Amino acid sequence: MTSATSSKPRLAVFKFASCDGCQLSLLDCEDELLTVAGLVDIAMFPEASSDMQPGPWDIVLVEGSITTAHDAERIQAVRRQAGTVVTIGACATAGGIQSLRNWGHHEEFLRCVYARPEYISSLATSTAIAEHIPVDYELRGCPVNRQQLLDVILTLVAGRKPRLPVHSVCMDCKRRGTVCIEVARGIPCLGPITQTGCGAICPSFDRGCYGCFGPAPQANSQSLTDHFLNTGSTPDTLLPLLRNFNGAAKEFREQSDRLERMFPPGPNAFSD
Amino acid sequence: MSSSAAGSNTQPSTAHEAVGHGEGVISETEQARFLPRADLQILIRLLRDDGFTVVGPKLDQSAIVYGEITQVADLPIGWTDQQQPGQYRLVPRNDDRMFGYVVGPHSWKQFLFPPSAIVATAQRTGDSWRMSTPDEPSPRYAFLGVRACELAAIAVQDKVFLGGAYVDPIYQQRRASVLLIAVNCTQAASTCFCTSMKTGPRCKAGFDLALTEIDSGFTLETGSERGRSLALRLPLREAQAAELCDAEQGREEAERQITKQMNTDGLHDLLLGQLRSPHWQTVAERCLSCTNCTMVCPTCFCSTVTEVSDLTGDHVDRERHWDSCFNMDISRVNGVPVRDSVASRYRQWLTHKLATWQDQFGTSGCVGCGRCITWCPPGIDLTQEVWTLQQLARESGHGLSHEEAPEQTVEIGSGEG
Repeated sequence: MTSATSSKPRLAVFKFASCDGCQLSLLDCEDELLTVAGLVDIAMFPEASSDMQPGPWDIVLVEGSITTAHDAERIQAVRRQAGTVVTIGACATAGGIQSLRNWGHHEEFLRCVYARPEYISSLATSTAIAEHIPVDYELRGCPVNRQQLLDVILTLVAGRKPRLPVHSVCMDCKRRGTVCIEVARGIPCLGPITQTGCGAICPSFDRGCYGCFGPAPQANSQSLTDHFLNTGSTPDTLLPLLRNFNGAAKEFREQSDRLERMFPPGPNAFSD
Repeated sequence: MSSSAAGSNTQPSTAHEAVGHGEGVISETEQARFLPRADLQILIRLLRDDGFTVVGPKLDQSAIVYGEITQVADLPIGWTDQQQPGQYRLVPRNDDRMFGYVVGPHSWKQFLFPPSAIVATAQRTGDSWRMSTPDEPSPRYAFLGVRACELAAIAVQDKVFLGGAYVDPIYQQRRASVLLIAVNCTQAASTCFCTSMKTGPRCKAGFDLALTEIDSGFTLETGSERGRSLALRLPLREAQAAELCDAEQGREEAERQITKQMNTDGLHDLLLGQLRSPHWQTVAERCLSCTNCTMVCPTCFCSTVTEVSDLTGDHVDRERHWDSCFNMDISRVNGVPVRDSVASRYRQWLTHKLATWQDQFGTSGCVGCGRCITWCPPGIDLTQEVWTLQQLARESGHGLSHEEAPEQTVEIGSGEG
């Protein structure tokens, strides 16, 4: 983008600890990409262009979680230069799959994985962006919903407030006529406590929701966990269901921790 | 609604009173006619030839759901459902009954009040906007296999969408053309309580045709002029006394199997006298606020409307989607939800369904189909919760006067449910 386009909102995309899948969702908008590029000045998007212009930026998309002391400082610098901050994806909104380290032994991981662990400087935890800076909007998902990403960008460009539904996945299943796989088949499904955004894909393919859009507001995860336990699900099934991409999100974390207290890991568990 | 299916304005409760109940007699409308099992296909073909999309029960996703039926083989022949709070299982029968089940996860609501619809469109042309409403012809449905509680649910939604000053055009068009072929229940689920709500299990009114299945076929009643003229085109024969007896026994068996009850005496005032009961919080500890009960309810009618624009902003669709009082966003006013707790949302649902619905529409919002019990993952049973509230009211000596509760916050007539 050149300075001639500077009257348009300036967009920046930043990456922290993540797989890049969410920012790739933006590049994946093949049919819409040129229109988006015409509406904003893409000032900073290293994944797409080596032409990186300094801030301030009007709209900042942040992917990834905070896993190093350096990143913890870098996100502060980004916030100072940002108008509206939108975090994109489970890493940025909940800490991502890498937040599994929060339950493990960081130093031991480093020793197991790296030949020279002394060169590695990372934190013992992976945390959501909102734990470090004020965030204006969160786009959930692993990865984010492409359409939701587009809608948010276009809405912000138009000067409107984005509309991000917070209802459960169940409502989407019902709207599309999907029969409840939990009630009809006893498959553990996090849909009742998971926030919408995916369009209820997994249950329509006969598998339970694994919560990749994270907990819905006021998610009653304890009742659902109790229900699964009462209907024959084992901790072996439920722990990894609750502790994955959004495992560090409060409502999921509290229940996986409770499960571990109820059913302490055996001597062969990795975390021991 | 001049061309509406006959009986659409008839209240099930009125019909219930008008006809003898459980006395082993054939209803006044039954003409002792019989449709042999092999000829049901002719009915389906006639309806299709008449331009109807025939919708009925079929196996899909480990359940008996409602979908398009083109032939008898599409029906769930030899299958039934077993239901209890929080659990539904499809199980084989030891016979070849076509309608040998109770009710499933779907209801006819999804065809008359579609889960998603475009209600208006705006198109920018130059400096101005052109606003329009969709004018595609609405589908013409024949529902095959409507249960008594479902006829009652349709009558309730008729009041919601067609009664009063504001008529819903989508519902109105679909409802006006729909043909209702009821099939009497010959069994019940543990979750059924239509007898308490006085809606079933016997189909009394509101249908065009009503069938009762026995092994060799169907006894047949007509309930409207459309039903009578359709019956004239079917290869019916006189029903034999034994067949009529079998049919009646089947209908009585359904009634015998219903064990769940809800005492509705004084329920309106009792519930509104319990707005501050600690029991709402007790329920909230189990309630997931997931919306499943409202989505499967055949009378719940909440929807949300949202404008969806294309990339250029030149074309905007106003979309309507099913919504729920259990969705925190539905009560969002000035940026915050009014019902900001699971307890307040459960209270809103139950008191509206069983109490303030009467103020709003002159009828209870519950028909006793039991779907909200079966399809609630943790199996919350509203009849149990009502019973508990009744016990609490009795113990406290309150509950008959809701004037005592100063902070009445139950909205009625908001159009949102």
